[in-house]
Amino acid sequence: MSGQDHGDDGVSRRKVLECMTWAGTGVLWTVTGGVPRSLGIIDSAEAATAAAPGMSFLQISDSHVGFDKPANPNALGTLEEAVNKINAMPAKPSFMIHTGDITHLSKAAEFDNAERIISQTKLDVHYVPGEHDFIDEEVKLYRERYGRGTKGYGWYSFDAGGVHFIGLVNVVDLKAGGLGNLGAEQLAWLEDDLRGKSKSTPIVLFAHIPLWTVYPQWGWGTEDGGRALEYVKGFGSVTVLNGHIHQVMQKVEGNVTFHTARSTAFPQPAPGAAPSPGPMKVEDAKLRSMLGVASISFKQNEQRLAIIDTPLQG
Amino acid sequence: MKTLNRRDFGVQLGLALAAAMLLPATKARADDMDVHIDNFVFQPAELKIKVGTTVTWTNRDDIPHTVVSAGKFRSKTLDTDDKFSFTFTNAGEYKYFCSLHPHMTGMIKVE
Repeated sequence: MSGQDHGDDGVSRRKVLECMTWAGTGVLWTVTGGVPRSLGIIDSAEAATAAAPGMSFLQISDSHVGFDKPANPNALGTLEEAVNKINAMPAKPSFMIHTGDITHLSKAAEFDNAERIISQTKLDVHYVPGEHDFIDEEVKLYRERYGRGTKGYGWYSFDAGGVHFIGLVNVVDLKAGGLGNLGAEQLAWLEDDLRGKSKSTPIVLFAHIPLWTVYPQWGWGTEDGGRALEYVKGFGSVTVLNGHIHQVMQKVEGNVTFHTARSTAFPQPAPGAAPSPGPMKVEDAKLRSMLGVASISFKQNEQRLAIIDTPLQG
Repeated sequence: MKTLNRRDFGVQLGLALAAAMLLPATKARADDMDVHIDNFVFQPAELKIKVGTTVTWTNRDDIPHTVVSAGKFRSKTLDTDDKFSFTFTNAGEYKYFCSLHPHMTGMIKVE
């Protein structure tokens, strides 16, 4: 696939961004110019057709390997179910991103178990860390495994299918009373990384904690996320993919689509719907409808992307 | 209804005396304070204590937390039901937070 560089004339003045999300309920939404519109109930096969790939990749998040509390006594088991779901997908994605909280307590055995299961997808996986991946005493296990070729605490960028991907770390050096944090060094690197890129290059930013402010009362946002978004402002198509909040949430603002993925381990409540953002215990029969993975497809030259959230069940 | 005879009374008195004699040893512990972490909140969020008091934090959430006061004290990661204790030997105001969930903050005032 050739690199895409169409110059500014490749972007229409309206910069229409369309986005489709197939949520667990089976409702197809299309968002045109920022206005969501339901296209009605569809089945997953149609959703898959709607997202016919130019290039597609997967996002998994918050596998919390090692978690064994009532909200899901077997988080490793549901990760394995997610991997089976991925392996059964009719179109093989190009690669996968994992938006952090691979493990629950940063134990070596948890990292090993996660790797053993996730590697069964036989996909390249690009990781960013969650706060749960940095709590071993020496804060080294994540970086030993996934830090090769990255900067700082593990940020990096790469290109695939004409899209520029940037993995950011916003779980380090958090300040009392604050939210997620990127820090000056990483922001300077980001500005430099984007310098000279054609504005028609589709950009995907991914990080663990949402880069937009979802619910600050629960810490669901990034203190200096706005700075990162300033740097991508002029680009025609920007997609921001996060985890951390264990539920699907989406917002479209101008050319920027913000999306959070489900966890493969346990659900968390909607903002403010419970006393705390902790693991939410639901009926056993309902759990798998609240866990899942996301697949994202790009169609070149269309300033268009499609995100399909697939639950483990339902 | 059982009546109290003199012998029983003597035993009771002896136990009470023993307890009274043990009191000095247990008194310091009686002053020690607990902070619980429930639903991503330090409870109580603010605590006033005397110099020499030991405060013990207990994480009662299903999610790990930490207790960190910049330059003063820092717990390991506390999993469910794990505890962290710190003895305050100097007066002052100690702001602390959870380094994993920084919106969780607390304060210990030591006088």
